[in-house]
Amino acid sequence: MDQKILEAKNVTKYFHDPITYQVLKEISFSVNRGDFISVIGKSGCGKSTLLYILSTMDTDYEGDIFIDGESMRNKKEAELAMVRNEKIGFVFQFHYLINEFSVLKNVMLPGLKLGKYSEAEVEHRAYEKLKILGIESEALKRPNQVSGGQKQRVAIARALINDPLIIMGDEPTGNLDKKNSEIVFGVFQELAEVYNQSLLIVTHDNEFAARTHRIIEMEDGRIISK
Amino acid sequence: MNYKLIANVSRSLLLARWKQTLVAAIGVTFSITMFISLLSFMSGLNDLLDGLIINRTAHIRMYNEIKPSDQQPVSLSEKFKDHYNFIGKVKPKKERLEIYNNAAIMSYLQKDDRILGIAPKITTQVFYNIGAIDLAGAINGIDVEAENKLFLFQNYVTEGNYVDLKNTPNSIILGKGLAEKMLADIGDVIQVTTSRGERMPLKVVGYFQSGLQDIDNTQSYSSITTTQKLLAESGSYITDIQVKLKDINLAPAMALEYQDLFDLEAIDIQTANSQFETGSSVRTIISYSVGITLLIVAGFGIYNILNMMIYEKMDSIAILKATGFSGKDVNRIFITIALSIGIFGGILGLIFGFGLSALIDQVPFNTPSLPTIKTYPVNYNPVFYIIGAVFSIVTTYLAGYFPSRKASKIDPVIIIRGK
Repeated sequence: MDQKILEAKNVTKYFHDPITYQVLKEISFSVNRGDFISVIGKSGCGKSTLLYILSTMDTDYEGDIFIDGESMRNKKEAELAMVRNEKIGFVFQFHYLINEFSVLKNVMLPGLKLGKYSEAEVEHRAYEKLKILGIESEALKRPNQVSGGQKQRVAIARALINDPLIIMGDEPTGNLDKKNSEIVFGVFQELAEVYNQSLLIVTHDNEFAARTHRIIEMEDGRIISK
Repeated sequence: MNYKLIANVSRSLLLARWKQTLVAAIGVTFSITMFISLLSFMSGLNDLLDGLIINRTAHIRMYNEIKPSDQQPVSLSEKFKDHYNFIGKVKPKKERLEIYNNAAIMSYLQKDDRILGIAPKITTQVFYNIGAIDLAGAINGIDVEAENKLFLFQNYVTEGNYVDLKNTPNSIILGKGLAEKMLADIGDVIQVTTSRGERMPLKVVGYFQSGLQDIDNTQSYSSITTTQKLLAESGSYITDIQVKLKDINLAPAMALEYQDLFDLEAIDIQTANSQFETGSSVRTIISYSVGITLLIVAGFGIYNILNMMIYEKMDSIAILKATGFSGKDVNRIFITIALSIGIFGGILGLIFGFGLSALIDQVPFNTPSLPTIKTYPVNYNPVFYIIGAVFSIVTTYLAGYFPSRKASKIDPVIIIRGK
């Protein structure tokens, strides 16, 4: 159970614009399989920045990231894209669904990109994921025809399609009302407990964080408790 | 690589802005249509004008010219080789216009496989007698069949049948203008006088119209035998040998070769008609540059639309990249969009271009100088279509290249955090 799937070693990052400023100061921590972790901290403490570095989208940092034991340091852009596709699922504050595609197609897109399963299989898997989230009846609608809470659940289904090693969330409930936040949290909890899915969620909702398994608290670019 | 997925994404982005896409495609269609019809029309016209000269003119014409000898006897003499020789008031010597030993020359030429055909000819000055008036002019004695085969003689015979010239003894085909002056109808007999004062009646069997007024007003055609009779010369008398080549570009070199070989004057078509080639090449350059300008303008249209699409679809691009599409994939998506606009617009353009050229081909075009032309000339050269197709793809690719590169460089972090 104590298998490290994500590890950060001495991650340091500077912002150069408008002045050089150190956002992250030698951050080291690791995530094990099945962990449900929340990262909290005040605005500007660098928690989102850390998440984007861990997600391989931001490559301008010092130190090293290991995902599934592999260093992300010297990988090319296309290789990093493959890592994101296969091993990381994203849920953002905003849903980022593509309006030209149906809900189902939105969920299928990363699966089609991975190309591990045939199109029919990917479709079947997408239905399963939507079922877990209780929105399979919305599958053929356009994203702009479903409610805000449902959109966020579609985004979670999309994050799940390739059975990622870890799901990363950047304030996934930030735009939702109490009721929908509750639903989304319920989904995360279910994923963690029933499906043993690892989750790393950045939030500043302390109530949300309190119910996760582990809290990493950040302040001024450092981890102060984990 | 998952091309199906990329095509799928491209298609949905295209259809999301289908009106703009359509406008861009129409731009390409319009420019290819204009490119094709402009070039077809222009080069049809070029061919027509060139044909006026090339079809009825010998590629190489060999004849004897009355001119002073290049070398005077004294300069050929061994004895005065080391001297400076000054000879004043040199005059051309009396020389016959006949080509000596022409049967041997012609049989030699017939064996040369660069040559398409040869036609012997006699040109002679005559006076046409109309009552008390004598009109100066010329008669061309031709080998009717060879002349028709090589220089499309029948195209210029507007009335009467050209074969009658061969079949009817002592017959003549008059220039249209000349016939009007002489009030000579077909079947009439006219009188001509040669420069030596011999007079002969000839039967009019047709009119010809070359399109050049000067020629139509003074010249006429007769068969070689009739002309030989008129001049009281033997059956071997000819003054010109006209040569038509398989490849017209060889004419200047071959003219020089024959000039040395047969000791005759030989003039090639390029030297004789240099102004025509200049005219055609300038017209071709103009039509190509107009066509290409149109395509470039269409390319800018596509560039704009793709740029706009990228700004609009910034979120979609960011999420595609976040979920595992690489910059290369995004690049491919936008290139696919650009190329499908280009290919779709280009194919329609080729079809419309063909349609427009066919339409121009039906427009009546009557000019007294070109009796055989009834509609505007159009050249359906497949090369124009190939150039059009290649160019539409190349311009749209270039127009898509920069926006696509921009899209592929979008940093998803900036977009996602900016929300």
